[in-house]
Amino acid sequence: MIERIAELVNTDPAIMRWGRHLNDAFMVEVGGDQYLLTVRAGRVEAVEKGPLVQRAWRFAIRARADCWEKFWQKVPAPGWHDLFALLRRGDVAFEGDQRVLMSHLMYLKLLLASPRKLAP
Amino acid sequence: MSTRIEGIVGRYAHIEIDGKPHRLYFEEAGQGIPLLCLHTAGSDGRQFRAVLNDPLITRHFRVLAFDMPWHGKSSPPAGWEKEDYKLTTGAYTDQIMTVARALGLERPVVMGCSIGGRIVLDLALKHAADLRALVGLQSAAYVERYYESAWLNHAEVHGGQACGAIAYGLMSPLSPDVDRWETVWHYMQGGPGVFTGDLFFYQVEGDIRARIGAIDTAVCPLYMLTGEYDYSAAPHDTEAAAARIKGARVTIMQGLGHFPMSENPDAFLDYLRPVLEEIRSSTK
Repeated sequence: MIERIAELVNTDPAIMRWGRHLNDAFMVEVGGDQYLLTVRAGRVEAVEKGPLVQRAWRFAIRARADCWEKFWQKVPAPGWHDLFALLRRGDVAFEGDQRVLMSHLMYLKLLLASPRKLAP
Repeated sequence: MSTRIEGIVGRYAHIEIDGKPHRLYFEEAGQGIPLLCLHTAGSDGRQFRAVLNDPLITRHFRVLAFDMPWHGKSSPPAGWEKEDYKLTTGAYTDQIMTVARALGLERPVVMGCSIGGRIVLDLALKHAADLRALVGLQSAAYVERYYESAWLNHAEVHGGQACGAIAYGLMSPLSPDVDRWETVWHYMQGGPGVFTGDLFFYQVEGDIRARIGAIDTAVCPLYMLTGEYDYSAAPHDTEAAAARIKGARVTIMQGLGHFPMSENPDAFLDYLRPVLEEIRSSTK
């Protein structure tokens, strides 16, 4: 799912507009798999799958694979529909620069939910 | 061509609240039993637009929604620039009763959502005899802090966008896009630090768990309606509170989130109308 985030976001101006001031790299972890996303003015320039060695990132969003699976359902069940729903239960961890994460929270929520479009 | 003009009337009342003069904005529609509506943290009375516009409700109820001081079209008091806004239980309850008295509302029904759903529990404890019934939407006795609300009022974070993003997630993915995004817009319009100041009550000061066992629903009936997609005041939070309040009536609203009246008005009204009908027929 996450491998296709670049095409999902970059073809959706309604998502890209929320990230127009984001120029940074951040890590998304799906269980043990690392994905380093590089964003330039709201456009996802790269999604690199790990393992990655000594790469810099501004913030990281980590959750178990089964959590992302529930999060990426077409219509997620209650408690699986938003990053902060997972946060309240401790099912997702935000690490690194919280200021940048919170500055682009709407963009990140829409970006990370975009794989729902691919769900059956 | 005929222009649709709603029956809602908006006016300003000059009311002294907490010892300071305020020019308070409120909207109303309908006639009959006063129904005073309390909006959520960091938003304003527009959230109740569908209740105010529902002819099935307004033929029996005088529906009123005021913008709390600092919110919507109610400006903060003189000198606001010298202080941080911080809502507390005592001040919030006094504010509601002061507004109800100033507007001449006799034994109103009070319906509040989120922080409003919390404060109806305090109203039940302190003012039950003066109220006809209470309706708590997304009502929980306490919600522990699970994110840092200081980021919502920070020089390097766009407060409007951050507050909007917080509100966005609390809604149901099944609610109509147009109503969800309008609800987000209200949040994006909040003044700097106002949502954070309300959350001080919601997440820090306003823990009412130790007191709710004393609520007497025989004096003032209490209805609690909670959307299943809310993870802030989640169904289990409402049920935990209700388990300690004898006679509290709980409804879990399928497919709705934290802002039922605003994010999916039609679905919410289907849940609200029978509650108001029961209040009308069973209370005086």
